[in-house]
Amino acid sequence: MARLVHPRRALSTNPLKTSAPLGAAMAYLGIAGAVPLFHGAQGCTAFAMVHLVRHFHEAIPLQTTAMNEISAILGGGEQIEAAIENLLARAKPQFIGIASTALAETRGEDIAGELRAIMERRPDFAGLAVVHAATPDFKGGLEDGWARAVEAIITALVPAQGGATVAGQVNFLPGSHLTPAEVEEIAGMIRAFGLTPIILPDISTSLDGHLAADWSGTSTGGTPLAAIRAMANSVATLAVGEAMRPAANLLAARGVPARVFGGLTGLRATDAFVTALMELSGHEPPAIIKRDRARLTDACLDAHFQIGGLRVALAAEPDLAFGLGSGLTAMGAEIVAAVTTAGQNPNAERIPADEVIIGDLGDLERAAAAAGAQLMLTHAHGRMGAERLHLPLVRAGFPIMDRLGAQDQCRVGYRGTRAFYFEIANAVLAQSHRPRPEDFGAARIDQEFEHAPDTPPAPH
Amino acid sequence: MAEALKHQIEAAFDEPACATNRAKDAASRRKGCSKALTPGAAAGGCAFDGAKIALQPIVDAAHLVHAPLGCEGNAWDNRGSASSGPELYRTGFTTDLTEMDIVMGQGEKKLFRAIREVIEQQAPAAVFVYATCVTALIGDDIEAVCKAAAERFETPVIPVNVPGYVGSKNLGNRMAGEVLFKHVIGTLEPQAPGLCDINLIGDFNLSGELWQVKPLLDRLGIRVLGSISGDARYRQVAMAHRARVSMLFCAHGYVNLARKLQETYGIPYFEGSFYGISDTSDALRTICRMLADRGAPADLIPRCEALIAEEEARTWATLEPYRPRIAGRRVLLYTGGHKTWSVVSALQELGMEVVGTSMRKATPDDRGRVVQIMGTEAHMFDNMAPREMFKLLREARADVLMSGARSQFVALKARVPWIDVNQEKHEPYAGYMGMVQLVKTLDRSINNPVWADLRAPAPWEV
Ligand code: SF4
Repeated sequence: MARLVHPRRALSTNPLKTSAPLGAAMAYLGIAGAVPLFHGAQGCTAFAMVHLVRHFHEAIPLQTTAMNEISAILGGGEQIEAAIENLLARAKPQFIGIASTALAETRGEDIAGELRAIMERRPDFAGLAVVHAATPDFKGGLEDGWARAVEAIITALVPAQGGATVAGQVNFLPGSHLTPAEVEEIAGMIRAFGLTPIILPDISTSLDGHLAADWSGTSTGGTPLAAIRAMANSVATLAVGEAMRPAANLLAARGVPARVFGGLTGLRATDAFVTALMELSGHEPPAIIKRDRARLTDACLDAHFQIGGLRVALAAEPDLAFGLGSGLTAMGAEIVAAVTTAGQNPNAERIPADEVIIGDLGDLERAAAAAGAQLMLTHAHGRMGAERLHLPLVRAGFPIMDRLGAQDQCRVGYRGTRAFYFEIANAVLAQSHRPRPEDFGAARIDQEFEHAPDTPPAPH
Repeated sequence: MAEALKHQIEAAFDEPACATNRAKDAASRRKGCSKALTPGAAAGGCAFDGAKIALQPIVDAAHLVHAPLGCEGNAWDNRGSASSGPELYRTGFTTDLTEMDIVMGQGEKKLFRAIREVIEQQAPAAVFVYATCVTALIGDDIEAVCKAAAERFETPVIPVNVPGYVGSKNLGNRMAGEVLFKHVIGTLEPQAPGLCDINLIGDFNLSGELWQVKPLLDRLGIRVLGSISGDARYRQVAMAHRARVSMLFCAHGYVNLARKLQETYGIPYFEGSFYGISDTSDALRTICRMLADRGAPADLIPRCEALIAEEEARTWATLEPYRPRIAGRRVLLYTGGHKTWSVVSALQELGMEVVGTSMRKATPDDRGRVVQIMGTEAHMFDNMAPREMFKLLREARADVLMSGARSQFVALKARVPWIDVNQEKHEPYAGYMGMVQLVKTLDRSINNPVWADLRAPAPWEV
């Protein structure tokens, strides 16, 4: 268990955290025909939208209740109603997910109550699913906002009592740390055992970066509402990421037994998941999964030369930090500097490091320098620190706004782990330092021997 | 085979200082030591490969391979000899002979033009021209072309006639030594020859191993005058005849050169190694004693002893924390006959158990020492077939294999840690600091949790 360290200081330097409403918005975007709606002032939405657009390189239908001076003081109920009305007219969504920002929450509005009242007095809103998650920016980060949104969806849309269970139907709750490609990879593993997953939320069909035939003002993919309602009839729930445990528990309360997997990066972590799928399906894995495992074990052999003993500085939200961190330490890497965003998630303490700072990228940079880290693993804002420390940066998490294909990164399952190990090993190889006499304290060669005296030493 | 080439090969084989050779009668000695290769079961480089390994570390020279693309195309930019200055040696130059060149007999002309181009473009300290199988077969007279080019372009152009078919890598090493002796050594004089100038023969500064030892020499005031050929400049090789002592790293490849330097220039040599703690100390001791014998300041010896005492104490202290992490682990050593007994003794000192060591290229002397250290001959073997080795490792009779790249996958596929200790390795293991590095690598590798994961059964196997 890592010791959690809360630096005592007022100033946060280079934040690691992304806001909770943005996490909620991302989750909502994994529902079919969705428009996420921030309840707050318009600036929050604009910033979040830019963030999402730059990460996913997609048009993001994100809206705001655009609270103004008056509603900031008197309450924003009317604002919500007007926003829903306008959205309905313009974008024709089937689903609106409201995420309340710090402004609305600070006022202490009873948004749930307001929403109930609105839905009752507006018959024209019938047929539209509207859910609300309280996601004030001052509480948690992206991971929490995402989890709150999923909980809100389950609470509002999954019936308390399911009908008969559907054989082979499995709920899959992916954590916010999983990319669209990772959601798809895990869903593919589930399907490979003959099981049918209902994925909530399913960003693998909405934020995967696909060119749609038509323009749409809503999400262009994601979990269909009917599927969400059917979740009560599944035989089991598989959640990935500790942040998803409360959501899994909500389904358990509806009679669907749940299992939570801390992370799916690494041989043993994936083995545990495959074991669960074998139990659920009563089948041996198909040949391709066995093959993928054999390939991963071979990749472990090839990459352990670079990863064994590698000193890694890692900063990410708890589930991602735990997943990637434990994948690396299983290969003999050392997490010599670890920073995460909050301590409530049990995975924060399980990050395989002696000490985990609840802090920011400033903490990461200082700790990495002090510990002599050799590689930095965090989101794209780590680039300046990595540059200052002359460390290779492997980008993971959100945002990654300076590279393409963030949605395609897959570091889970046998295949994803294999790619991840090669990615890390290649980052190390790309740094490969050509030895110099100075490295060993040896004097330079006599000038007399040089064909062209004073040849400048070759670049490293 | 051209007469000149025949002589060159005979000279390379005729080695009175070679222990194996001494044991043979006159007739079999003349046949040389190349064993007939077994088609279908041969592995290992050709003579060209050996010569290139030996000469390429001369970093400010252009190495031009006069051949169809195969020879150089498959051989360039794949070795770890490090340079502290020029990088020219890493560029692959070849005449890339085509069918047309060969049929039309254009080889020599093309070579001359190539030499001109490389000199104009790169202004190298020298050009080494390698003739390989095809160019030797079609009878290109590279000696004559090199001579003409050297005169014309006022740059040393050295013919290295080493067609792969004449023999093994080892023969190539020797032929390279002959070439240097004949064409390079003795062609330049040092400005200020010193009483503490030495030659290092047969070390290639792989991953910077020379520099792990050089600080020790620096502190004793000993200068590497001639290097054959780790981090060498052409001028250094040309001045090697003025060194006071030669240290020979690999007798197999270069004893002929060391002996010729002794016979012609009176430079005594000894065979030593910088692998392992005791060997490093012994080598330093021997260098200093031999230099003092030849007139170096007498205080060199006590200074050397003080340095050794300090370095050894420091090294053991640095290694101490690793003892509990590697003690009791069993290591199988399978090397091409590099001087490993000193490494063995250091590992044993740290509590490791050496379950076997190969003696493929070891001299009787080496064998004696290994018996002395291990107390028995039982753990020495000459050759081990991959299948046999795999079995041994898979049955967990060893915890780690230290070997060259060729048996890498035997260990890895048996899910056993493997440490690269041969030519292609990426980490330097020479001198005292190299021993520390080696132990660190061993620790990192043996104690990596990945092995337990890899040996655990798959979910469907339990
Ligand atoms: S055997 Fe001959 S042709 Fe082949 S690489 Fe060696 S020199 Fe070149």
